[in-house]
Amino acid sequence: MQHPSCGLSRRRLLASVAALPILAGTADGRNLSGTVPWSPFAGEPPRPVNPLGWYFFTPGEAATVEAIADRFIPADHLSPGGKDCGCAVFIDRQLAGAFGQASRLYTKAPFMPGLKTQGYQGDLTPAGRYRLGLRALNDYTNTTYKKDFRALTPEQQDTVLAGLDSGTIKLTLKSGFSTKEFFELVLQNTMEGFFADPLYGGNKNMASWKMIGFPGARYDYRDHIEKHNQPYPKGPVSIYGMGG
Amino acid sequence: MRRFLLAAALAVLSMPAWAAGTDAGKYQVVLGDCEGCHGKNLAGGVVLQTPFGKMVAPNITPDKDTGIGNYSAGDFKLAMTRGLAPGGRPLYPAMPYPYYAHMSDAEITALWDYMRTVKPVKNSVHVNQLRFPYNMRVLMRGWNLLFFRPAPIAETGPSAEWNRGAYLVNGPAHCGACHSPKNAFGADKGPLTGAVLQGWFASDLTSDRNAGLGGWSIADIVDYLKTGRNAHSLASGPMAEAVENSTSRMTDADLKAIAVYLKDLPPSRGNGGPATGMEAQVKAGAVAYDITCAACHGRDGKGSALFPPLAGNAAVRQVRPDSIVRMVLAGGRAAATPGAPTGPGMPSFGWRLTDDQVSNILTYVRNNWGNQAPAISPETVGRIRSALHAGS
Amino acid sequence: MARMLPKKDAVIIGLGWTGSILAQQLTDAGLNVVAIERGPWRDTSTDFNIAYMQDELRYAIRKDLFLKPSVEAMTMRNSLSQTALPMRDYGSFLPGDGVGGAGVHWNGHTWRFWESDFQIKTHLTQRYGAAKIKNLQLQDWGVTWNEIEPSFDTFEYLCGISGKAGNLKGQIQPGGNPFESPRGRDYPNPPMKMPYASTLFAEKMKELGYHPFPLPSANMSQAYVNPLGVRMGQCSYCGFCERFACGNYSKASAQTTILPVLMRKPNFELRTECEVLKVNLTPDGKHAKSVTYIDAHGVEYEQPGDIVVICAYALMNVRMMLLSRIGTQYDPVTGQGTVGRNYCYQTSAGARLFFEGKHFNPFIGAGSLGQTVDDFNGDAFDHSKLNFVGGGGISCSVTNGRPISNRPVLPGTPRWGAKWKQATAEGYNNSMGFGCEGSSYPVRENYLDLDPTYKDRHGRPLLRITFDFPDNDIAMSNYMSDQLEKMTKPFNAKFAGVSRLKKGWDSVPYQTTHNTGGAIMGSNPKTSAVNKYLQSWDVPNVFVIGASAFAHNAGMNPTGTVGALAFWAAQAITGQYIKNPGALVHA
Repeated sequence: MQHPSCGLSRRRLLASVAALPILAGTADGRNLSGTVPWSPFAGEPPRPVNPLGWYFFTPGEAATVEAIADRFIPADHLSPGGKDCGCAVFIDRQLAGAFGQASRLYTKAPFMPGLKTQGYQGDLTPAGRYRLGLRALNDYTNTTYKKDFRALTPEQQDTVLAGLDSGTIKLTLKSGFSTKEFFELVLQNTMEGFFADPLYGGNKNMASWKMIGFPGARYDYRDHIEKHNQPYPKGPVSIYGMGG
Repeated sequence: MRRFLLAAALAVLSMPAWAAGTDAGKYQVVLGDCEGCHGKNLAGGVVLQTPFGKMVAPNITPDKDTGIGNYSAGDFKLAMTRGLAPGGRPLYPAMPYPYYAHMSDAEITALWDYMRTVKPVKNSVHVNQLRFPYNMRVLMRGWNLLFFRPAPIAETGPSAEWNRGAYLVNGPAHCGACHSPKNAFGADKGPLTGAVLQGWFASDLTSDRNAGLGGWSIADIVDYLKTGRNAHSLASGPMAEAVENSTSRMTDADLKAIAVYLKDLPPSRGNGGPATGMEAQVKAGAVAYDITCAACHGRDGKGSALFPPLAGNAAVRQVRPDSIVRMVLAGGRAAATPGAPTGPGMPSFGWRLTDDQVSNILTYVRNNWGNQAPAISPETVGRIRSALHAGS
Repeated sequence: MARMLPKKDAVIIGLGWTGSILAQQLTDAGLNVVAIERGPWRDTSTDFNIAYMQDELRYAIRKDLFLKPSVEAMTMRNSLSQTALPMRDYGSFLPGDGVGGAGVHWNGHTWRFWESDFQIKTHLTQRYGAAKIKNLQLQDWGVTWNEIEPSFDTFEYLCGISGKAGNLKGQIQPGGNPFESPRGRDYPNPPMKMPYASTLFAEKMKELGYHPFPLPSANMSQAYVNPLGVRMGQCSYCGFCERFACGNYSKASAQTTILPVLMRKPNFELRTECEVLKVNLTPDGKHAKSVTYIDAHGVEYEQPGDIVVICAYALMNVRMMLLSRIGTQYDPVTGQGTVGRNYCYQTSAGARLFFEGKHFNPFIGAGSLGQTVDDFNGDAFDHSKLNFVGGGGISCSVTNGRPISNRPVLPGTPRWGAKWKQATAEGYNNSMGFGCEGSSYPVRENYLDLDPTYKDRHGRPLLRITFDFPDNDIAMSNYMSDQLEKMTKPFNAKFAGVSRLKKGWDSVPYQTTHNTGGAIMGSNPKTSAVNKYLQSWDVPNVFVIGASAFAHNAGMNPTGTVGALAFWAAQAITGQYIKNPGALVHA
């Protein structure tokens, strides 16, 4: 895929077009012969998310997800908590985009209940699952504790999350979308936000990479591979950063 | 008698012994790189961005309506050697007739014989898209008066090979059209010391050791022209096209002649020497180089059998950094020839590196591993970046 | 109404590894060839940017380079008694997409199946008797080792495989694989530099009396120029290999080995973002006249060709044959029919070890970087007293330390919370693993056909996969787990554990993208879909190239054998078929 032709050398463009033999009466779409396509500024670099505001979550939903992230990844000497690392921002941006809309998936009917080996067979997109799941979670905590999830104590929040994890707590969701699936989705997305490149809104200041010793977006380890069992001396780098 | 001998000598200089008929003409197309501007089928349409505006190379197939199908042999010769179209209409020297003027009658004839066999293509081209007042062709008469000196190239060199090289470089291969600096009117003002062209800097070809070919052997030059690569460098940008269309198809003897001549050029004034007082930038550039560049070009700057070295590479030590800044921002693709078909590409980094980072990295590269060249400022990078995005 | 196009000598469906090899060989022989590829054009400097390729979320988790299920999905079930449902996202395996196919983002393990694999039924019957394999649908492939060996060599030299020969013309070589079948010459590149974990593994394996050797790798140990004159760079051990394209030309793929030459040929044409809907046969069903495809704007075209080569990946090859009625659908109940027969997969087991105070640096890796022992592969060991046949290669390969997916913790660790954080920080650099890539043998009831309910975006039925691990393979895998467990002992790790395979293949967690069979090669047209040259028995101007031809899957990654078969088939087309079109084998 290519950027719009900013900077495209006209001579280059026309030269490469002139290189194509005239293919009369043939297909539309990309037709290549005798040349290797190339243009300046080609590529689709990732776009860093704007860290401010919520694109998908309501303020209530955002606060709930931040609270969950802070229990999945509590603040301690190893790293800031999930909220301060931007995990909820990450999830929000993901849900507002292709991931949230399940753009890549097969979403044709009929939707039938499946076996565990057949994967998710529900008709809700990830965005839909969060809307439903977060509401159901707060319905549960209001019934059980008379409060929203985010207003519970950390110990109470841990109890609820552990119950969702083990299957002892069942939320009222929808056929084809189980409580376990909701929990796994939120856990997976939170961990993605914690460990992904910071450009996506989470892993602020590469906190997770510093925690474990992952050097991030580096690409050349030829000078270290044979230094067996020796710590790698350089800190992490992100796709848009230069370290530090 | 003298004129006859001169013509005969030129004929000896110019025609390879085997050349005959339209083969000879076809080889002239290679030497002159007609395809580079007029297109692979010679039907024109390639746009040239000049300092005076846009020009589009015309259709030179024998099509009667849109090409040169109505030309006579004499018309063709006048166009090639005097820059005049039928009816005395001046051509612009974007068509490098000041160089082609050194070609002999025999070569022009051979070329014309071949051109008449080319497949006629209907393609109507609006050639003159220069800005006012440059679009007034009549002004070319004054230009020619001031700057155009048609004359055969004197064979004053130490060998026949040197003479052949001089002829090729200053004649059909028109190297100076890109590599010689121009005055305000677009005429050559110095021999092959490097020049800006369409947002690229065509390198110094003199024997200067820093920016020129001083560190290259004759074999290096031949390899580069024949395959697009040698141990020091990879051809990319407009030179990649020149290699693909033209030099990679020249005979080995002609390439050697060019190399012999170029190696004998006196050195230019150089690139202005090393960067000084840039320690902080160079240090930051080294860190950034390690992260973004080393995986291909090596921590030692030596590249590999695939990627060009940066250590000792004259291309990174030119007095002007237009080419290397452009490569970093927009990416580039190397020539692909039968001798070296890979044509690897440098990816675009413009989305990732700021002007500061680009200037730091390139100043580091230009002054590390024994390289010496002036620093590059972030403002220069910014200017080049804007120009690229404006489509110039 | 599809628009008719001028005829080509050969039409190739798909431009991945096999499509590129076939296109290169056929154009060299002077044929006018068009390749029709469903996905986009992709190339290194324009699409695999070295400064944004290091994006685990985009490429490994969101699967940016892979086939989207919205374009083509498949349905699955474990047995005939279940109803197949669509894999709405791919999980267990991840098909490729676009020019270069999965060759763009593979790991690069490049093996040669063994001599005994090509004659597996004969070999095992001779050694153990027919009763030993009576519940398996094992078959000889119809081609011999001596016939195919030069094609392995050709593929390995095209790719610049880094390795060390173990058997040169019958002479066992120290440091190589003593169990491999005899090769004509050594690998084109020396082995890669080894990381700590693999080196430790090799030491311990030697202590145990096994025979470790460097994993044959399509990641370049040094810069390389292949026989086409195309150059590759040196691998920089970046740890973004499988699921990622290579940013510095150091992983063998169609892009880095063939396309620079192929794309510049005047007798080759490529159409991308065009999906072949079916191959059109003459009314008697014995000759392919054209393919129908639909372009990115929804316009249909009919492209005639003298030869049609189906190079669309094993699973799509089979689907294309079924949709086009090339050959008859295999019926697992009656055993009749050949298309869809002998579908196999791969059978994995793994060991994980934890230490203290180590620096394994898991992020310094490459796709096929490691050490392997084949002492328990195939029939290299005596199965007389065992209740299974087959085996697997056991490798300690260090591919990556990408933290979204790879942050091992001791079993029993919670998956979130403070204890999880502590264990993750401790485990990341203190853990290593090794695993078994085990054989997958065919049984009557594992097969492919067209789904009766679910359709793709063009309204064509999806492929249906009916598969579970056969009892033989479960027994084999658990035996491998036993061996893995024994192999962990000399490490004196703080903790070591192995996985154990159970019935019920789960389509969700990733296992491998080694789907084989369905259009298998053989010498009997009743039990194979293509002959020894990968030519359709039923439609002689159709060739079907890929792992679809495998009559079984060995305990190794398939690509080396896929590449060899591609060259082998190309040689049959250019050397025999075009001189005398028609069936090359009369059975």
